[in-house]
Amino acid sequence: MNKNTNLQLEVCNLEVHYDGIQALHGVSFTINKGEIVTLIGANGAGKSSILRAISGITPFNGDIIFEGQNLKSVPAHAIVGLGIAHVPEGRGVFGNLTVKENLQLATWQRKDKEAINSDYEHIFTLFPKLKLRARQLAGTLSGGEQQMLVVGRALMSRAQLLLLDEPSMGLAPKLVQDIFSIIQEINAAGTTVLLVEQNANMALRIATRAYVLEVGHVVLTGSGLDLLGNPRIKAAYLGT
Amino acid sequence: MMVLLKQRWDALLESAWLVPLLLVIGFGLAFAIPEYHLLSVYIQLILMYIGINIILATSLNLVNGYMGEFSLAHAGFMAVGAYTSVLLTMKVFPVADFPFLFPCAVLIGGLVAALLGMIVAIPSFKVRGDYLAIITLAFLMIVKSMIENIDAIGGPRGMSGIMKLTTLPWVFFWATTLLWMIRNFIYSKYGRGVLAIREDEIASDLMSVNTQQVKFFAFMLSSFCAGIAGALFAHLLQFISPRIFDITKSTDILIMVYLGGIASIGGSILGATIFTVLLEILRPSTMAALLSWLPPFIFTPLNDYVISHLGIWRMVIMPLILILVMLYWPRGIMGLREFRGFIPRRDKQVHPHNFLHEATNNDNSDRQ
Repeated sequence: MNKNTNLQLEVCNLEVHYDGIQALHGVSFTINKGEIVTLIGANGAGKSSILRAISGITPFNGDIIFEGQNLKSVPAHAIVGLGIAHVPEGRGVFGNLTVKENLQLATWQRKDKEAINSDYEHIFTLFPKLKLRARQLAGTLSGGEQQMLVVGRALMSRAQLLLLDEPSMGLAPKLVQDIFSIIQEINAAGTTVLLVEQNANMALRIATRAYVLEVGHVVLTGSGLDLLGNPRIKAAYLGT
Repeated sequence: MMVLLKQRWDALLESAWLVPLLLVIGFGLAFAIPEYHLLSVYIQLILMYIGINIILATSLNLVNGYMGEFSLAHAGFMAVGAYTSVLLTMKVFPVADFPFLFPCAVLIGGLVAALLGMIVAIPSFKVRGDYLAIITLAFLMIVKSMIENIDAIGGPRGMSGIMKLTTLPWVFFWATTLLWMIRNFIYSKYGRGVLAIREDEIASDLMSVNTQQVKFFAFMLSSFCAGIAGALFAHLLQFISPRIFDITKSTDILIMVYLGGIASIGGSILGATIFTVLLEILRPSTMAALLSWLPPFIFTPLNDYVISHLGIWRMVIMPLILILVMLYWPRGIMGLREFRGFIPRRDKQVHPHNFLHEATNNDNSDRQ
């Protein structure tokens, strides 16, 4: 395993408990640089818990190693500084702050002013709508625009690894396609993506590799396209 | 004609000179009023209370308004600042010979209060809302009963014979300096962190905001200001006792904050001013003096049955105002809006109207 120089994130025997209820029973998986890895599974399978553990907002047992550094007991805000950005489920925009301020917050620990300014430009070319709405309160944006804002916000921290939790939630099919093509664009520009999705069909189509979770265990793994064709997956998640 | 006046007025409000000009005029007046007896001693006293209350309201607004926590400990920080500075001016510093030691005593009072503010910040890492309110209430009770049980500082009898060192220029100096500090804090990167914490604490952490550090600084700055206000208060009243710094005092400051409006320095200034003046008017002697022009057949019964009992009714009226404001006017006078002159130039460019704008979409968000 150590010979793999492409290895970016390694999760070993991850266990997460919530008030005595075990949500993850020793999950292990790896992510290589430049991949899109997706976690699929039913509600309560533990997908979001994995993301929450990686980004440091849930305590865990086991090891999470990012670029050779163990993330255990690293506080959440410092993990962002290491290059992991988490877009939480339900978006978490700061509704009473403007779009610009929302983006600004992601640069809280950055001191490279000029690079920050060029990053704004980059985000605004990626999401032209955000530029139009830069001075508007984030709470007044539509669901799709809010989703773009949180993705843009995550990119403002110059993430190498982007954790996306249900980016398609509550969006119209057309917008879901837009979001997925943007995810691919971001990935093509060099950012690794760990994607959690209910929409298994879409997620598997763009994923390099995928892990299937059931009640806190990894039960299946393979390339996105392999899993798309897997009869068990078809029956359980794709509904065909 | 009206349009022209309106343009002039807007230009005046926009002008970068407005706030410095008001400051200079204010400073001049603060020195001139006591020097040349421009106003009666009573009015001067009220002006000083207004200044102290502005410090208290603005600093509590930082925690309760901008950060969206709920602290009841402000009177406790006041008490710490008051007792520390009084001990210094009475027992340690020869203030009578060296008047410059008074601001030092006030500053040290503020610093000791800030230290305690750090201790209160720690539980706020874990809990918020109602639970933090209860913890801060417990803190207030601990401070009060500790003072009550230390005989060397007068215990429940308090301390009297404090020199009257607080003057109008000093109140003006501390009020403007502390307001300037709070304003700079709010418009710094830490201030943005404070606002983010109010919106969503976990999302702030995920956005690389060091929420613990932000809370530390916010609580420290807030309690530092409260300590200084307490020190000024003690050297104005010339008598302090633990009873002065109980939950009623914290409630008073809460009324000022919510009346003036959360997350607004301008609002806190207005809230503190209105509250202080209202409190004075509700004093039986003031009310009687104000209404003495009424014909005797109205005034005499009014005085006998209403005005002379106002001292007790104040205790009912003030909390009633808090309840009514929270229920029907949760934004207060200037909630989430700001006086233009306080907003730094670069933030004005980002926002055409306000720093935080008029949030119309989720009116309930600040009622939690």
